[in-house]
Amino acid sequence: MFSYYLDLALRSFKRNVALTVLMVLAIGFGVGASMTTLTVLRMLSADPIPQASGQLYYVQLEPRKARGDQTGEPPDQVTRFDAETLLRAAKGDRQAMMTGGNAAIEPQRPGLDPFFADARFTTTDFFAMFRVTFLAGGAWTADDDAKSGHVVVIARTLAEKLFGATDVVGKTVQLEGTPMRVVGVIDRFMPTPHFYDLTTGDYGQEEQAFIPFSTSRELKLDRSGSMDCWEDNDDGDNTGLNAHCVWIQYWVELDSASKAAAYKDYLVAYSAEQKKAGRYERAPNPKLRNVMEWLDYKEVVPNDARIQTWVALGFLLVCLINTVGLLLTKFLRRSSEIGVRRALGASKRSIFTQLLVEAGMIGVAGGLLGLGLAWLGLWAVRHQPTAYAELAQLDLPMLAGTFGLAVLSSLAAGLLPAWRGCQVTPALQLKSH
Amino acid sequence: MLKMKQVSKVFRTAMVETHALRDLDLQVREGEFVAVTGPSGSGKTTFLNIAGLLEELTSGEYLLDGVDIKSLNDHARSKLRNEKLGFVFQSFNLIPDLDLFDNVDVPLRYRGFSRGERKKRIEGALERVGLASRMRHDPAELSGGQQQRVAIARAIAGDPKLLLADEPTGNLDSQMAREVMQLLEDLNAQGTVVVIVTHDPEIAARAQRNVHIVDGVAADLERGPSLVRPTKSADQPAA
Repeated sequence: MFSYYLDLALRSFKRNVALTVLMVLAIGFGVGASMTTLTVLRMLSADPIPQASGQLYYVQLEPRKARGDQTGEPPDQVTRFDAETLLRAAKGDRQAMMTGGNAAIEPQRPGLDPFFADARFTTTDFFAMFRVTFLAGGAWTADDDAKSGHVVVIARTLAEKLFGATDVVGKTVQLEGTPMRVVGVIDRFMPTPHFYDLTTGDYGQEEQAFIPFSTSRELKLDRSGSMDCWEDNDDGDNTGLNAHCVWIQYWVELDSASKAAAYKDYLVAYSAEQKKAGRYERAPNPKLRNVMEWLDYKEVVPNDARIQTWVALGFLLVCLINTVGLLLTKFLRRSSEIGVRRALGASKRSIFTQLLVEAGMIGVAGGLLGLGLAWLGLWAVRHQPTAYAELAQLDLPMLAGTFGLAVLSSLAAGLLPAWRGCQVTPALQLKSH
Repeated sequence: MLKMKQVSKVFRTAMVETHALRDLDLQVREGEFVAVTGPSGSGKTTFLNIAGLLEELTSGEYLLDGVDIKSLNDHARSKLRNEKLGFVFQSFNLIPDLDLFDNVDVPLRYRGFSRGERKKRIEGALERVGLASRMRHDPAELSGGQQQRVAIARAIAGDPKLLLADEPTGNLDSQMAREVMQLLEDLNAQGTVVVIVTHDPEIAARAQRNVHIVDGVAADLERGPSLVRPTKSADQPAA
């Protein structure tokens, strides 16, 4: 019977093209607008590292003077002293300190001019913690961290640019005039958002070179990202070990809730110890947030993206209400036909199904239109001057979602009209026809 | 074939209660051709709607081919209507968007016949009413008489045991009316029970038996007008 209902739906569309087009437009525009904004929202709020986001924790400590900020929240980053102390204590399953930076690279390849590359100065566990995939080689060693080894892990794109290949472990990269040995080449690593360091932009560029933190300090490489200092530093070096500045991100991996609780206790004890030693002035107030909690806290998803989504969903609702009205008109105008069909043996259920199939067909057509409009909408978003513009791409789940939303919406809109249609009293229609 | 016992139908609104049928007793046997007559508003059409399972009765008992219809849900009623009954209406009630073939196909679709079986039955039914050559024409291309013949083809394509006709010649001229009546008589001769509602004495005279309904009560004229129960007249829907 389904094919019969499809055939009847097509005949019905042909019978009243204008009404059908109106409904397809209503569903298409509603779905198109909703899917455009939902796609953007989904991209912005997606878990950037789903396989480990519940085990990776961001550490915040409160080293600032008692006076000043009283929001109750510690600063977003930690001091170098705290980071190095926590790193040495190694109380987590894995831990890494880091900051963003950049480095001048002098290619050996003829015809290639020196250029700056986005870099990350970090410690060896970074790669394992953030599930970075190596195409060749691997991370540097803890010994390299301790002894400021002249080693580097580079991104695939940089390897291809410098050497025309990815299997370049052992080769040398001239970095700020210092030869650095390539120990690993990684595949594209660009978590979205750039959760492990939100100070360099929520949706930053792909980093090209990863260098031991200690080496970056030895070579005095330029760092990037925010820095908050609350006291002048004697030697004028804000990145020194004892500088009164927060500028380091510190992550720790803990594979169970009990370990997380124990680590939080450790941070409280550490803070108390620092206060006792006179380094901290405020009461211990450490924070330990996993990836999604950290992104929520930092409100990474822009408010306007949320508002746009709600507006678009509201628009879809208005479109659906219009579609309900149009379908009601369409179906009830066919009361006499429904009466005849009922007299000839159609049950209420048959009529209900027939009308719902017709509504679903409108949904499929609306879905196709909505898909085109969503594609167009995302194209427009990609041409906006926003940091996340490039993320606005329609992927397979959203493509399926567009169709699903269109069909479900039209079915929902068709429920009441189909119900009213199947309740038509045949006796009345047959006499009045 | 059709047995109604003390069937009543009351239409209720907030203000008015209308008794369309009052304790109606009627039996139609296999092979019969029955004409139901009566003045406008007497309850003829209500009787036909109840007989055709298009309306529910308020009280009483109705057996259709031995099946007590009171116990049936909508699905079972629809199935019974599809399998046992054929309808012919005064205004033909063909679906204008469908050609003759597809119009006759409608009851067969709900019956669940295979494609081949449906085609055979549709062609056979249109052949019987003399319109096989026009099966891909739209209803609007036919005369009133031809449209009524298509409606008859649609009614008989599923081989119903009972054909219910509501003023089938009401919209036709006398020549076409005679043709349609001849068709119904032929069908009856082949074994289909025919119940026809009419207020045309000429048409009624061609039936084997007349049932007269007045004020919702039936009297079998073969058994004499004395069986008509004296009842108080009530406002009733047009029959």
